Amino acid sequence: MRTGSLAAIGAIREHGEVPLVHLDDLSDDALIVPLSGIGAPTVSHEMIHSADEPKRIAEEIERLFGRPPSAIMSSEIGGSNGVIPVAWAAQLGLPLLDADGMGRAFPEVQMVSMYVAGLPADLVIMSDIVGNVVTIRPIDGLWSERLARAVCVAAGSSALMADYVLTAARARGAVIEGTVTRAIEVGRATEGAADPLGALQDRLGAARLITGKLTDVERRTTGGFVRGTATIEGTGAERGRRLTLELQNENLVALEDGRVRAMVPDLITVVDTETAAAIQTEALRYGQRVTVLAWPCDPLWRTPKGLETAGPRAFGYDLDYVPVEELIAHG
Amino acid sequence: MADLPDLRIGIDVGGTNTDAVALDAEGRVVAKAKRPTTPDVTEGLRAALDAVLAELGQGQDRVGRVMLGTTHATNAILERRNLGRVAVLRLGAPATTSVPPLSGWPDDLRAAVSAGEAIVPGGHYVDGREIGPPGLDAVRRFLDAALNAAAADAVAVTSVFSPASGEHERAVEELVKAEYGLPVSVSHEIGSLGLLERENATVLNAALYGVAAHVTEALVTALAERGLGARPYLAQNDGTLMTLEHAARLPVSTIGSGPANSLRGAAYLSGVRDAIVVDVGGTSTDLGVLAGGFPRESAAAVEIGGVLTNFRMPDILAIALGGGTVVRSGGVGPDSVGYRIAGEALVFGGSTATMTDAAVAAGRSPREADGWHERLRTAVEAGDVPESTLKRAVAVADEMVIDAVDRMALGRTDRPLVAVGGGAFLLPDDIPGASRVVRPEHAEVANAVGAAIALASGRVDTILPTGDSRTDAIERAKEEAAARAVAAGADPSGVEIVDLIEVPLSYLSEPAVRIHVKAAGPLAR
Repeated sequence: MRTGSLAAIGAIREHGEVPLVHLDDLSDDALIVPLSGIGAPTVSHEMIHSADEPKRIAEEIERLFGRPPSAIMSSEIGGSNGVIPVAWAAQLGLPLLDADGMGRAFPEVQMVSMYVAGLPADLVIMSDIVGNVVTIRPIDGLWSERLARAVCVAAGSSALMADYVLTAARARGAVIEGTVTRAIEVGRATEGAADPLGALQDRLGAARLITGKLTDVERRTTGGFVRGTATIEGTGAERGRRLTLELQNENLVALEDGRVRAMVPDLITVVDTETAAAIQTEALRYGQRVTVLAWPCDPLWRTPKGLETAGPRAFGYDLDYVPVEELIAHG
Repeated sequence: MADLPDLRIGIDVGGTNTDAVALDAEGRVVAKAKRPTTPDVTEGLRAALDAVLAELGQGQDRVGRVMLGTTHATNAILERRNLGRVAVLRLGAPATTSVPPLSGWPDDLRAAVSAGEAIVPGGHYVDGREIGPPGLDAVRRFLDAALNAAAADAVAVTSVFSPASGEHERAVEELVKAEYGLPVSVSHEIGSLGLLERENATVLNAALYGVAAHVTEALVTALAERGLGARPYLAQNDGTLMTLEHAARLPVSTIGSGPANSLRGAAYLSGVRDAIVVDVGGTSTDLGVLAGGFPRESAAAVEIGGVLTNFRMPDILAIALGGGTVVRSGGVGPDSVGYRIAGEALVFGGSTATMTDAAVAAGRSPREADGWHERLRTAVEAGDVPESTLKRAVAVADEMVIDAVDRMALGRTDRPLVAVGGGAFLLPDDIPGASRVVRPEHAEVANAVGAAIALASGRVDTILPTGDSRTDAIERAKEEAAARAVAAGADPSGVEIVDLIEVPLSYLSEPAVRIHVKAAGPLAR
């Protein structure tokens, strides 16, 4: 959990600061490498990445494409996957692209903007802690996931993976831009603020769904995901209200009195009312004083293909997607 | 019969007071004392011990055991004092090199502790395969260079997945002892899975050898000076005891023993095994939960002196409310007059309105409160503090306690609340979230009682395959936990498995479970 930021801080100290580049700064044929760590969470707390893993992948890319990569990109800005690419970029001496593949966090690998934009999942490059490098040429996304998983298990349930390696030209419209800057702005706005919650809400343009107390969390583990329901009861001026959240690693649907107040792919976040620090679904606990915020996702997720990939039905909810701003306006 | 060593003394060094009690063979409190904790800790300890011995009189010949819960180790880390220099070795290269040892440590603590760090080959995969053989030559090269540059007092060794496969750590331990003659902390004896947190705890442990020797010597000397032939023990963070030999090897385990002792003492004095325990001190109130007579443990990582560790500590919620908390027209605390309460509070004739005064005004006072009401009335009549301010303070404080109880109770309202600590009289008799409020006798020294009645324990935390060998493997883990309890001082015939948690793991080549076993038993005669 803190491993990502420790690795980033250490790598910056050793190799220097990581420049942030925008897509417009890169020439059309510049190679962008989306990087992510894969493996079992229990293993990742013990088997920490080797500092050499990103190097092996960069070398392989140079062999395959005839030129070195120009920038590293986070596949998922949400959670630790948004922080640790800073370490990888520092170790490689490469800039970090001000973009990611989700603009949020999602639990499944195909839920990335590159897939929604129709880019083929025909190349996966993986490296492990001892220096093995595996290049996979899968026929589709399903095989990509299946083969990458098998390699990961053989490598001791810990590996680094680059998929959807793409040129800057192809990245335009296929990645979600500005998300690293946005994350930094959120941090700057809330850290040390007199009213962190207000600062966070302003910065995100988020609606406040409820402020109250977490009164119930019910979890069940199925198929590697933690599914469940969390209930928040209003306190103070909001006494008597009750919001429930449907969870599947992320907060997917917010309901009140049987009505949907926000739904995936729009963002729903539970934060500590006092500090405005986000509380991840596995850390939700009875008695926490929380505020639930919701705000619009990137427009890419609102396209038909985006909703098919990561809309409510992709997670098994029989709901027609309605944007959060409309739900709030009519609430 | 008069010479039978049937008495035991429990001593608990807290932030404000050092408490001591003597229990007889039937477990009754026969003597108790409270003395201010001194900056060097040891003087307060001696004072509390002397006070209890004086109360025992002739009975002091019958003291068979002395159990000590102390903040020596915590203070050493917080103040960066008396810490040893540690050569830090990690076995796992080329894995784990993206986060070197001591990453995230405060600079001053790192400067005080580290005699160099290295990541050398070795360690295991989750399934028990070796990442590579242990790099013993690399270990020698590192130690030769480190010892050349500066003196090291100890070595800390952490190997990847050592809680499941500890042999590489043992190989390095043997090498260091044989070739360098330095004491070694090995991580699989100290922490569970989570490499960085376990490594941090192992390094702190190695840095505390000197402090452990100091505490041990102070206790042994204090007993010898008083002609006591009692056997000494130290309390650890899970509410159980260690022999001094064991404590000398695992000093870091003494950190956090105070809250654990208070919870165990509350269970013992009240006879309740499942309860919310509220320990009201001079400056703060600690809330914990008893489950089956043992403290409920925290799921979150525990920070010690700015360093993250994965110790299993009691799940404690502390709020800024105590007997000495200052009351003003604007509200309650968070500041406290602390140990100066005996001079400053209105009930003692002082001029500062405290929570103790507010509670007394509301008709809540301890058993012995001679003259408190009179002095408080005089102060109120003199206009030192409006009665409405005291009333409002009690309402605010009750709300703080009710809110905190609710947070710890996790929605259950069927358990009693046990009120302990010197300020327990502050608490109301009716608290939503608790079935009733229990106020046991001797509650003000519950922590020292907890130290006196503690058991010895041992734990195992590892990963096992779930195939045909699962049952055997679990049996072996139980035996190992029991053996560790005996090593910590338990009577082999009385050791029981008190905790067994199995967590299935996903995304592995073979199905596996993470298992946590704890064994505990009464001390051997």
